[in-house]
Amino acid sequence: MPALTRSLPAVSKHAVMIVGVLVTIFPFVWVAMMGTHTRSEIYSSPPPFYFGDNLISNYERLLEIMPFWLVLWNSLYVSVLGTIGAVFFCSMCAYGFFAYQFRGKNVIFGIMIASMMVPPVLTLIPFFLTVRFLGILDTHFALWFPGVANAFGIFLIRQYMTTSITRDLLDAAKVDGASDFRIYWSVVLPLIKPALATLAIVMFIGLWNNFLTPLIVLSTPEKYVLTLALRSVQSLANSPWGAIMLGTFLSMVPLLVAFLFFSKQMMAGLTAGAVKG
Amino acid sequence: MTDVTSNSAAAASLSAERRARRRKRAFRKALMPWLFISPYLVLFLVFTAFPLLFSVYLSFQEWNPVTGLSGMSFVGLANYAQAITDPWLWKSLYNTVWLAIATGIPQHVIAIPIAYLLVTAFRGSFRHLYTATMFIPFITSTVAISLIFYTIYSSNNGILNQWLLGLSSVPVIGALFAWVPDAMPIRWLGSSDLLKPAIAMVVIWKYTGFNIVIYSAGFLTVSKDLYDAAKVDGCNAWQQFWHVALPMIRPFIFFALTLTIIGNLQLFEEPFILTAGDSGGVSQAGLTASYYLYLVGWEWLEMGSAAAISWILFAFIALATSVHFYFNAREGLEGHN
Repeated sequence: MPALTRSLPAVSKHAVMIVGVLVTIFPFVWVAMMGTHTRSEIYSSPPPFYFGDNLISNYERLLEIMPFWLVLWNSLYVSVLGTIGAVFFCSMCAYGFFAYQFRGKNVIFGIMIASMMVPPVLTLIPFFLTVRFLGILDTHFALWFPGVANAFGIFLIRQYMTTSITRDLLDAAKVDGASDFRIYWSVVLPLIKPALATLAIVMFIGLWNNFLTPLIVLSTPEKYVLTLALRSVQSLANSPWGAIMLGTFLSMVPLLVAFLFFSKQMMAGLTAGAVKG
Repeated sequence: MTDVTSNSAAAASLSAERRARRRKRAFRKALMPWLFISPYLVLFLVFTAFPLLFSVYLSFQEWNPVTGLSGMSFVGLANYAQAITDPWLWKSLYNTVWLAIATGIPQHVIAIPIAYLLVTAFRGSFRHLYTATMFIPFITSTVAISLIFYTIYSSNNGILNQWLLGLSSVPVIGALFAWVPDAMPIRWLGSSDLLKPAIAMVVIWKYTGFNIVIYSAGFLTVSKDLYDAAKVDGCNAWQQFWHVALPMIRPFIFFALTLTIIGNLQLFEEPFILTAGDSGGVSQAGLTASYYLYLVGWEWLEMGSAAAISWILFAFIALATSVHFYFNAREGLEGHN
């Protein structure tokens, strides 16, 4: 242990961390509590820092201002389809880049890497117009499909393949008479499961939390995803904040629960580019 | 004789057939990689490459999408001229840079010491518990977080104001907060001076944990032997941190800074929600460049201008990133790895 940290007493080290933890979790505790209070209770003085007893009425109010479960289903639907699609298509493309030598490969791979540097803001307008031309405006398809073969995912998986799969293995499979697709499907895919899991985590979280794409693509309230639906009730006259906070809290629960069980994998996945790059 | 010719003819046709088959096989073999990467090619061409080119074209047109494609008319550089004479554009760029700096620096200044402390003073489950907890904001939706902070910041009896008020009546430290009762109600989101700091706090709160995880991974690569060697050489505690640990994590700093710069220059959701989507908040103090782009394209329905603005914004991000690369890349890459 380096001297700088050894010179501090253990209590103060924990104190620093506990302050950090408290600052981090306060808004989560706060939103959970607010979901059980009425609007006037939330804005009373002093503010109620305890759980109230209006959970049921807030829940009923929440269902009045938005079709909450339908919207939750929409979010789930978009995120699951986008995740499955990305795991399949990204690994397929990554295999193409990994297993073959062909003319133009390096150019395409280079363009792909460069395209990761293009800020999404730049593609926002053209993306919207393309979606409009294709007639998929106001559909869930436009939310999950365009990203299923994305540069980040392909790059991530190809990198993993180069470290975990040897040429010999591919050659051996070929000698055994396996077709190209079969080698990819039955030989390679089982060996890159950790990378697929990483990609799935990143994709699911990204899709679940996505706000900008739904904002510009969706217009029918019944098709809204959680982020968009919550934003849309923010500006209601006399906003029922208790109900909105309950909805906000519920919208975070799935990822928080997942994080409880898979925190190591999720942290590793979301920082994969940094730590391995 | 005839026998021989027919034989050789048969041989020729056989080899032609074989050659054709071989060519077919070679063709299929050459096609295979393209089949595998076709999903990327198709989606890239349809949703990125073509749209990008089209947006160049569009930036020279005046077009309200409601009118359909025929409503497009060529206006030359008018969109660009209009954009750079629009005070809102400059205001939004100023706000963007302001927020990028005010949120970027604290994230790293807080994250590096915390990560160092985590790696050097804790191990096992304590380290994981602390790191994971501070990472939670990063996996949570920005919309949800911004809505929560929207209520926390509320000027009439929001909990932040209530706590400040409470602190001012606590003995001893109350003196520090003596100004609070006079300043009440503090309009965090309703005054042009406080809006940007209020947005910045949310961004810092959300991304510091992410940087802590990156820097922890960085400090974990520094071997104990290095610290021991430094100690033998007479380095004190502070020097070990400053001269041994910090230079070793340069590549991580470089990478984290790159992500922060690119991300912060595109800030949209936090200001959008905290100003309730209302034209960038009071006197546009919360109007970031992306936010402005959204207003022009989707609220005012001027797609041509919005396309021009997105290219101006792109140039801006590219410039900022290359300045960062120019000054930091060599140092960043010179570290280990």
